Amino acid sequence: MEFIDYYKILELDKNASAEEIKKAYRRLARKLHPDLNPKDKEAHKKFQQVNEANEVLSDPEKRKKYDQYGKDWTHAEQFEKQRQSQNQSRYAGREPFSEETEGDFSSFFESIFGNSSGRSKAKFKGQDYQGELNLSLAEAMETHQQIFVVNGKNIRITVPAGVENGQVINVKGHGAPGVNGGPAGDLYITFNINNHTTIKRSGNDLYTMAIIDLYTALLGGDITIDLLNEKIKLKVKPETQNGTKVRLKGKGFPVYKKEGEKGDLYITYEIRLPTNLSDREKALFTELSKLSKATP
Amino acid sequence: MKTEELIPAQEFCTHHQIDLSFIYSLTDAGLIQTIRREESVFVPVNEISNLEKLVRLYELDINVEGIETITYLLQKIDDMQQHIIRLSNQLRMYEEVTQEVL
Repeated sequence: MEFIDYYKILELDKNASAEEIKKAYRRLARKLHPDLNPKDKEAHKKFQQVNEANEVLSDPEKRKKYDQYGKDWTHAEQFEKQRQSQNQSRYAGREPFSEETEGDFSSFFESIFGNSSGRSKAKFKGQDYQGELNLSLAEAMETHQQIFVVNGKNIRITVPAGVENGQVINVKGHGAPGVNGGPAGDLYITFNINNHTTIKRSGNDLYTMAIIDLYTALLGGDITIDLLNEKIKLKVKPETQNGTKVRLKGKGFPVYKKEGEKGDLYITYEIRLPTNLSDREKALFTELSKLSKATP
Repeated sequence: MKTEELIPAQEFCTHHQIDLSFIYSLTDAGLIQTIRREESVFVPVNEISNLEKLVRLYELDINVEGIETITYLLQKIDDMQQHIIRLSNQLRMYEEVTQEVL
């Protein structure tokens, strides 16, 4: 267990007055408070340290005890052995300010001042948890439920259709418990949407390519496109050129939290020419070619 | 008819040891919505978590003008983060298309 320099945490020297301690705490708390730094784990950790430092240094009795303990820190090993025999080495091996403390004070604090006795009732929000959820493009297209395991607890969340890659949703109150009656932290879930299809998504619009044969391009016809969760039937106009783009309104990706609303689907036609022509086909194409040259 | 769940503002202030004028100031600044019924002010239940957050900022010695600015900036950060996500996704799409062409 390492010694924690509470003065250093509050950026003060050892002779700081009560007023200076109060000011330093307020200044750092305003900078690092979890409400002002949502999703910032580092700021939350530092805020806990600042809170703990203030807890000790703003209380004259605790400060006196801490100063004494700090002075004798070179004998910490001996002190620790003595404590362990009294306390069944309850905190041994734990890092100061480790995440295991879950919003509570460090093992260092507890080794000097005990578990929770004599604490003031400064309450603050519990730590926010971060999680990631991998979805396929097809899954992101449908509103569905997912089970999320947080600290051994199953949390059922509804994933609304239309979530974007990298989008974060906030599940309120499912983070670490609050301290001294403060509210629980939140659970932030980041969606990673993996797209292994040839369909591209831009916002709520989808882009895909449809391969059509020469005859359908020339004479027109019906084609079917596989679009993630559905098949779309489409009429190709006669004399469609290679690279022609068509827009299907309302056939794109669902708009996030707007039920029934969808973006558009853009289809680019790619015309494939026939290969391995038979003699008969060659003859017919030659005839067509002659006809085409003869017609002005 | 849908029943509204309302908390008397005075009860909230007593519980959190704050002055009722703080609630009025937040309402005037448009940071929370309150409902006035027969000379009493109520806070809708769905506003409580937002109001509690504003109280925690107030306890850090931040005045209402400061809270208003912070709220505006946090909203702006959130909007910018959403914008970055959208742009990153668009960029990713173009990168994929370029890779396919190459």
